[in-house]
Amino acid sequence: MFKEEKLKKVQEEKKKWIEDLSKILCETPERLSRFTTVSDLEIKGLYTPEDTQDTDYSRDIGFPGIYPFTRGIQSSMYRGRLWTMRMFSGLGGPEETNRRFHYLLDHGETGLSIAFHYPTLMGYDSDSPMSRGEIGKCGVAIDTLKDMEILFEGIPLDKVTTSMTINPPASILLAMYIVVAEKQGVGKKEIGGTIQNDMLKEFIAQKTFMLPPKPSIRIIVDTIEYCTKEVPRWNTISISGYHIREAGATAVQELAFTLADGIAYVEAAMGRGLNVDDFAPRLSFFFDSHIDFFEEIAKFRAARRMWSKIMRERFMAKNPRSWMLRFHTQTAGCSLTAQQPYNNVVRTAYEALAAVLGGTQSLHTNSLDETYAIPTEEAVTIALQTQQILAEETGVANTIDPLAGSYFVEALTHQMEEQAWEYIRKIDEMGGMVAAVERGYPQAEIADSAYKYQRQIDSGEKVLVGVNKYATDRSPITIWRMKSEIEERQLRRLREVKQMRNNEKVKELLHRIRMVSNNGENLMPHIIDAVREYATVQEICDVWRDVFGRYSDPGYF
Amino acid sequence: MSPERKVRILIAKPGLDGHDRGAKIIARGFRDAGFEVIYTGLHQTPEQIVAAAIQEDVDAVGLSILSGAHGYIFPEVIQLLKEKGAEDILVFGGGIIPEEDIQQLYEVGVKTIFLPGETIQKAVEWVKKNVRPRG
Repeated sequence: MFKEEKLKKVQEEKKKWIEDLSKILCETPERLSRFTTVSDLEIKGLYTPEDTQDTDYSRDIGFPGIYPFTRGIQSSMYRGRLWTMRMFSGLGGPEETNRRFHYLLDHGETGLSIAFHYPTLMGYDSDSPMSRGEIGKCGVAIDTLKDMEILFEGIPLDKVTTSMTINPPASILLAMYIVVAEKQGVGKKEIGGTIQNDMLKEFIAQKTFMLPPKPSIRIIVDTIEYCTKEVPRWNTISISGYHIREAGATAVQELAFTLADGIAYVEAAMGRGLNVDDFAPRLSFFFDSHIDFFEEIAKFRAARRMWSKIMRERFMAKNPRSWMLRFHTQTAGCSLTAQQPYNNVVRTAYEALAAVLGGTQSLHTNSLDETYAIPTEEAVTIALQTQQILAEETGVANTIDPLAGSYFVEALTHQMEEQAWEYIRKIDEMGGMVAAVERGYPQAEIADSAYKYQRQIDSGEKVLVGVNKYATDRSPITIWRMKSEIEERQLRRLREVKQMRNNEKVKELLHRIRMVSNNGENLMPHIIDAVREYATVQEICDVWRDVFGRYSDPGYF
Repeated sequence: MSPERKVRILIAKPGLDGHDRGAKIIARGFRDAGFEVIYTGLHQTPEQIVAAAIQEDVDAVGLSILSGAHGYIFPEVIQLLKEKGAEDILVFGGGIIPEEDIQQLYEVGVKTIFLPGETIQKAVEWVKKNVRPRG
């Protein structure tokens, strides 16, 4: 009763405020006819208790570390341990990247993250005709275990966790990591890290695809099944919204499509006969932190609440760890501008702040020069220190989920959740995400959003400082360039490895992978055996392309 | 006088680069501007792009590259068009291309490069001014 009376009072006062406001607006109207987020969600001028009247604190917000985890997944959050500062790195060959890893670790980075070059991402070796012009450009070239051994020289794999952005050949790179650890005397049970291994978002957005959806998911489930038993500290998949957002999705689409992908993987693993509570605690997520501050914070909070409901109510998971949405965040590459690159430092700092206020577990901050190339050491240092300033100077890590209870943030969190459920219902009706992807549904939704946003930029309705407003001359910066000898060295090493290894054995092991690909047994132990004998990434992928066929881009636009 | 046929443009995504947001936006923008647009989809080799350009009888090819492979792809496509006797198909491009590389691309015959921040309208105007239906 008391609550209702209070609300009534608020409503009366609000009426008065609106009257006053109307008078003022007659003389000085608002700056814009619509105030919207970067995703074009309309935002009101004021939020009051009226907007959160249906929110129940215990049911909807609650406490950190407790279902539905709206306020965070750990009970002490950053007061216990800061987020992991994990800079996505890979440049040239394994030698250059190893140097960058050491540099970052020496400067306070707390976890590794590998960016592979395009051929590795797509399952080709450096000597393939498909790799012409691409070697070492967008990340590190890894063809065989030899490269992986060089990449981790001097880095003890029982002391650091490593995230690998790799998808179609994820099982192969994980196998190489396992063998490198083995050679360091570190067992499978001790290593920790993540493979991205999320093929659905590849078809939807990032587009490093190789096999059709169904065999792709079979290999993913093989890795989940294997790691659940053998590599218990490994995050078997990083269900990613980042690329969906970067391809032009709205925040709600990012949220909805990512969780719908997660649902599809849980269903696939349960379909294999796995117990949900055995594998679900090792599923992890990866989101974008875009420039619209409150929209992002609301998105992260909504994501946690939604996933916990999905796991508990839809999949009947019993273990609280299965309900937790743990996530990595990267600031939005697509929000950065080639014009005035120094402004990117500012954008990245705001985006990093949103990720931290949203309760991220790890964070990559983009460097100011990444609209042009892989970052220079100087640029990456600024990006890493942006996180360190946030963590240790600003005080934002002192208290947990400081924006909880804000009428605006709670209302926006609720609104985004409702809109995302709507998408998930639609995808369920289509028969799930695999079916939706096959008919091009999320792809078309994203292309529409991307086109609409570009039109808004072109018309000046949405502002990009230094691009469509306040434009000045470009300020030139020095960018990273790959030396041509890196390409030659990579090709030479691959030739040497192919000469030195036991080629008979490799042939036999590749044949075994072919057999197992056909008979449906778990591929992981066989992949590990093959990479240990220096089978290349492409040799294994060629077997799969042959057995399962290739996926080619339907080219929607 | 027979009405001039519409300008036909092939938008192509060469190499292994999967960043197709820009290519799709420009393909749609060109279509909305009244051009006939064919989009190759991703992961095309220079050979595939040239074959598609000739088969579709296009007037211009727009290549979108964000992977850093522009120094290989553009000269290769232009060379292959020449070899097939189709050097009158204009080649232009867009993507992440360092400004100091652009002059080199113009020298091998690339007609223009659209950099980040360009509007759809500006690209449409460039096509209207520079691309004519081939004989």
